Amino acid sequence: MTTMNEIQQAKKSAERSQRIRTVITYTLLVLWGLIVLFPFYWMILTSLKSYSAYNSEYIPKLYTTAPTFQNYADAFTAVPLARYFGNTIIFTLITTILMLVVTILAAFAFSRLEFKGKNLVFTMFLALMMIPNELVIITNFVTITNAGLRNTFAGLILPSVASIFYIYLLKENFEQIPEELYKAAKVDGTSDLKYLLKVMIPICQPTIVTITILKVIECWNSYVWPRLITDDAMYFLVSNGIQEIRENGFGRENIPAMMAAVVVISVPLIILFLIFHKKIMAGVSRGGTKGA
Amino acid sequence: MKIVLEHLTKRYPNRNKKIGGFVVAVDDFNFEIPDGQLIGLLGPSGCGKSTTLNMICGLETPTEGKIYFGDDDVTELPPEKRGVGMVFQSYALYPHLTVRQNIMFPLENLKGAQKLTKEEMERRAQEAAEMVQIERLMDNKPSEMSGGQQQRVAIARALVKRPRVLLLDEPLSNLDARLRLQTREEIRRIQQETKITTVFVTHDQEEAMSISDMIVVMSAGVFQQMGKPQDVYDHPKNLFVAKFLGTPAINVFDGTIRDGKLYLGDDAVMNAGGVEDQDVYVGIRPEGFILDDDGPMHCGLNRVEVMGRDTTVVSTHPSAQSDMIRVIIPSESRTAALENTVNFSLKPFKVHLFDKETEEAIPFLSE
Amino acid sequence: MYKNSAKAWLYLLPALIFLSVFMIYPLFDVMIYSVEEGYNSASQTYFGVGAYNYRYVLRDPYFLQAVKNTFILVIITVPVSTGVALLISLGLNSIQKLRDLFQTIFFLPYVTNTLAVGLVFMILFKKTPYSDGFINLIINAFGGSTIDFIEGPYWAKMFVMCFYTVWVVMPFKILILTSALASVDKDLYKAAKVDGATSFRIFRKITLPMISPMIFYLIITGFIGAFKAYSDEVAIFGTNLNAAGMNTIVGYVYDMLYGDSGGYPSYASAAALILFAIVLTITCINLLASRKTTIS
Repeated sequence: MTTMNEIQQAKKSAERSQRIRTVITYTLLVLWGLIVLFPFYWMILTSLKSYSAYNSEYIPKLYTTAPTFQNYADAFTAVPLARYFGNTIIFTLITTILMLVVTILAAFAFSRLEFKGKNLVFTMFLALMMIPNELVIITNFVTITNAGLRNTFAGLILPSVASIFYIYLLKENFEQIPEELYKAAKVDGTSDLKYLLKVMIPICQPTIVTITILKVIECWNSYVWPRLITDDAMYFLVSNGIQEIRENGFGRENIPAMMAAVVVISVPLIILFLIFHKKIMAGVSRGGTKGA
Repeated sequence: MKIVLEHLTKRYPNRNKKIGGFVVAVDDFNFEIPDGQLIGLLGPSGCGKSTTLNMICGLETPTEGKIYFGDDDVTELPPEKRGVGMVFQSYALYPHLTVRQNIMFPLENLKGAQKLTKEEMERRAQEAAEMVQIERLMDNKPSEMSGGQQQRVAIARALVKRPRVLLLDEPLSNLDARLRLQTREEIRRIQQETKITTVFVTHDQEEAMSISDMIVVMSAGVFQQMGKPQDVYDHPKNLFVAKFLGTPAINVFDGTIRDGKLYLGDDAVMNAGGVEDQDVYVGIRPEGFILDDDGPMHCGLNRVEVMGRDTTVVSTHPSAQSDMIRVIIPSESRTAALENTVNFSLKPFKVHLFDKETEEAIPFLSE
Repeated sequence: MYKNSAKAWLYLLPALIFLSVFMIYPLFDVMIYSVEEGYNSASQTYFGVGAYNYRYVLRDPYFLQAVKNTFILVIITVPVSTGVALLISLGLNSIQKLRDLFQTIFFLPYVTNTLAVGLVFMILFKKTPYSDGFINLIINAFGGSTIDFIEGPYWAKMFVMCFYTVWVVMPFKILILTSALASVDKDLYKAAKVDGATSFRIFRKITLPMISPMIFYLIITGFIGAFKAYSDEVAIFGTNLNAAGMNTIVGYVYDMLYGDSGGYPSYASAAALILFAIVLTITCINLLASRKTTIS
């Protein structure tokens, strides 16, 4: 049998390696935390530096002694940032609401109603899920252009309304509601629509919140489609606005003002995240890849 | 291998940080488990029995105290150096490995002089599988097996490295009633064949009593009593043990000792010699009553439940702590004539007296 | 039996209209475009039908550059991001203090506008007449010489591109892997410890197989996502990716469609279908590999 001394030594070395492992773990996590946070710090810091102070720093400083909000004023006056912002809010709200209506109706039809060809249509839906957006965007661009919808909200919104993945997610959730509930409602003479509104939607509220959040994030950050379909700055969303600011706004080198604009357009989603981070993270882990 | 626990104590920091301080899961345990026996650690859930098992296993380190296997102090040893096998409540079978791979897993971890050849491992795995009669399922995955079969695999995996001590955490709780009976016989058989000192944890007193050589009763982290199941049942050291063992549960009354007699209300029901005059708790086992028209104990009759082998008389008594008391009498007894009241005399060795303050048993002479 | 049929179709109607117009019709239309030779978007006429568009795209040096860039990006970022995410998730899983805080911080990039933060990355890496930029400051501090990451050598630009892509995809991977690790039954670890397995062996024989479905899921979605890279590149190098030599396949598609070099939906369609074929092939290979690994 092992002697007392050996045991003590083994215990000590086990404790030591455990401590080393803890230190390495925290170092790794803190390091990645810094890599994640530093760009945010840098954009806020730079947005608070004055134009002249920023350009006089050949060696960039990690702090500022004279913060100024002038850049924020510039961001709203020199370029139409407020307009980009408003456009994005309108776009996000309308797209998300339409998406919810379309998704909920379709998910209900697939999960609760019996009709001829249901399986065929649903299989077709699943097959479409594999089609990448890049493939269909070419024709959509032509379609919207020919319909004369360039530089309109309709042109921006319509192709983003239907999402098969969210229909699928919600249908799965709807199907978990016991069939008895539907039958009981039928016995009580409840109409389908009322059953959907009063029973299914409240029960599946967590999933609906999830897809709403995912869609809002997607809309707020969407860049490619708006870029194709708008060339009038009156209809730019924030992503296109940022790109426009970068290439034409402020005079190319007014980086502090650009950073102020970046802070302004990043803040809404970050606030949303800080409030709902548990819900958002749970939702994303249940179904979502970035972009879609 | 005998197991000795010396002043074994485990304290956890309180989870509610506002209150702070410590929760004592296991409080100063001292007992010895003799070599080659099957021991049931018994107590209500949350009493610290699983913590005790985990400390014997080495998964948790005691806050204070020592654990010896034979003469070896294993308190500081990690589980893999103690030579223990453990069967988890959830079985903890590796779902991606076959039965064979599961059973061989502990052997593949052996190092140095203990290292085995591939053939030796196969042979040992086969042997363990035969012991629990699952040799035909060796290439199945755990998900393809019933709960009872998974249980057997878990036992085989625990046995394959020939442990000095086998530990089972609630081994029967995930099985249905029929399998439970069968499996507890099985555990008994395996233990008797291998002669490995075995400790198992359960909250089911019937399970513990039926197969254990000895039972250890715990409550709220405190050791209550250890002994052969029948001894503990017949001579409970305190009110908790008396109440915890036995189904239906013991009937508890408020009684008084006066002049060497036990009074329930105004009825002197039994002699109780050698005890000072005092108020006591009186525990009477359901089988401790005799139907007797002239008996000294007068009860109200509620109903008679005929169970076949025996008959339960559900009755009331003003001194009883519960609304109803349950009395079990042989089914031959004539109960048809009973109406409204029923009288009993008592079997003195089924009656236990407990101190009102300490709830400790009070010895008495019934003659 | 199907008395509700009409009503059901009514519920489905909005989804069907949107999908028909914006997904099903375009799907066939893009194939037609890709074989119409010499399509003129102004007059909407074409000369003939054939594989010329594919031949043109496959010979276009911009396309070949885009394919090269995309493949390098995929091959570097998918393993790196998955590996680092696994390390970080294992770290997160082994600690208790500050765990929620770290998890929340690590998820932050997911909810930020990639165009906006890309601009910050550009500034951190960029060398201008006024300043060498923050990253070069660090490189200089370690004794290296200044590099222009945004307009300098190819590998430097590629580094920034990969770095930013990894930064952007990490939150999703960390999230998925931490929840996969957390869902492994703790009793398995206890059992393995009692069985005497070393922590490395526990990781290799238990943790890894238990979370391997999620790792494969991340690799597959990672491949698909990285092949579609585009807006992250725009964020760093600007809209004229061809000039920067940093275009991607998707970027090539959009450039052909629209903008200064645009107006060629046929070439765009051919390129998009080639991309789709590549992604499909790689996904199938991945699926086969994952099936084989999980069975054995």
